[in-house]
Amino acid sequence: MVAQSKVLAFAKPRIAPDGAPPLMEAKNITKILGGKLILDDISLSLNKGEFKVLIGPSGSGKSTLLQCVHFLTIPDKGDVFLEGRSALGMGHKNISAFRQEIGMIFQDFNLFDHLTAKDNVSIALRKVKKWPKDKALAKAMEELDKVGLAEKADLYPAQLSGGQKQRVSIARAMAMEPKLMLLDEPTSALDPELIGEVLNVIANLAKGGMTMLMVTHQIGFARHLIHEIDFMENGRIIERGDPESLFADGSSRTAVFCSKLTELTGNQ
Amino acid sequence: MSLLPDFSFYNAIVYIVKGTSLTVALIVGSMLTGLAVGLPMAAVQVYGPRWGRFLVGVYVWFFRGIPILVLLFLFYFGIFGLVEKILAEIMGEKVNVPPFVATLATLGLTSGAYQSQIFRGAILSLHLGQYQAALSLGFTRVGALTHIILPQALRVAIPAWANEYSILLKDSALAYTLGTLEIMSRIRQMVSITHLHVPFYILAGILYYFLTWVGIKALKKLEAKIRIPGLGAEVERETTLEDRTGQSE
Repeated sequence: MVAQSKVLAFAKPRIAPDGAPPLMEAKNITKILGGKLILDDISLSLNKGEFKVLIGPSGSGKSTLLQCVHFLTIPDKGDVFLEGRSALGMGHKNISAFRQEIGMIFQDFNLFDHLTAKDNVSIALRKVKKWPKDKALAKAMEELDKVGLAEKADLYPAQLSGGQKQRVSIARAMAMEPKLMLLDEPTSALDPELIGEVLNVIANLAKGGMTMLMVTHQIGFARHLIHEIDFMENGRIIERGDPESLFADGSSRTAVFCSKLTELTGNQ
Repeated sequence: MSLLPDFSFYNAIVYIVKGTSLTVALIVGSMLTGLAVGLPMAAVQVYGPRWGRFLVGVYVWFFRGIPILVLLFLFYFGIFGLVEKILAEIMGEKVNVPPFVATLATLGLTSGAYQSQIFRGAILSLHLGQYQAALSLGFTRVGALTHIILPQALRVAIPAWANEYSILLKDSALAYTLGTLEIMSRIRQMVSITHLHVPFYILAGILYYFLTWVGIKALKKLEAKIRIPGLGAEVERETTLEDRTGQSE
């Protein structure tokens, strides 16, 4: 196992605006669930436009880390700063304003089953941002168009395929114009045939400069777009580096883990 | 009894059928009271703080554990007796709480306890993920509940709600004990005048059956009208082994 200090040496944030504070900084996040230490003093930051990927065996705390960054799950210790503003400092009253600036994509989509695709995308604009209905719907159609689903706008979630559902959920998050997107295994509930359409949309977001933190095992698809890979195990980040360096060192935990995935699936 | 001088079976039946409107008012009123009480309690039980869940638990156990007849007397003589006394003190004259109000309050609050459990089940049956997704979009907890969870929970709850309606309708027959002039008390008046037990109780049965039928059909219509593709049960007849073999089990 590689010691953290050694790994951190070859971490090189590629987008590092001169001395600007990171867009998001999670400091010393600790989370205990049911008496078990899930996250053990994790710190992590993202600069604007950066695309980081979290990988690691299941149960290593990746999803919980995303939830904590979003303050959907409240960390037991530590705090998250978005453009320097503390989530804890927002207090009970304004935490929803903090969450509003961060988008989340879930493994199982979590679309609102009673609403059509366009209402799924527009409801938060109307009820949270208090936009008038026609403005919200126009924005919803624009976002659905970006994910290639404008013609499905009037269908309910149950009438869409898994890939289409996930693209609607990306449109829903993007409509709120978040500063940061968190993606929690966005393709792991999809048929192999439907993964591509979702990964394309995500790659487009990355190319468009969206700041993203993604939990995934699909790192092959856009290795050239990923700035940094963090490898998690037992609630800690045990390796951190850019994809080239991690895979160049064939003995790195990340490289070994990914080669096992490749053996299983036959693609990288 | 003012009816006695010009008693006829025609008048008696008209008199009883007129009581139906009071039964309907009682049921509609107490179903809505129960909805107003039960829905927030369900929300508190699922999402609320520990003390809130405790208070709702006490409420639900109280109304579930005591027979409705006992509750009717407790409310009429106890709580409303007290209310009458206090009102009399303030206003300086005797005030009577009509038995209808006491009955409606008792049935409504009792139904609230049962309805809270119907809605609790409906909320729990929804994917927790949708609540999280709403929070992640910046909804407050109350906003997520009112805009995302409840519109779905209410749809899911309709079949159980129809059941509660049919139970409450028949519980309402106990209102005669407080002197509310609904179906049952009018039936009993006619029985005591005519001593024709069986025919009048058959009439009562028919009236309650009819009201149950109308209410449940209406709720079924509502269920179909606001149905959303993929939400709630959608049962399609599938080929069974019996179809294929011609044998039954």
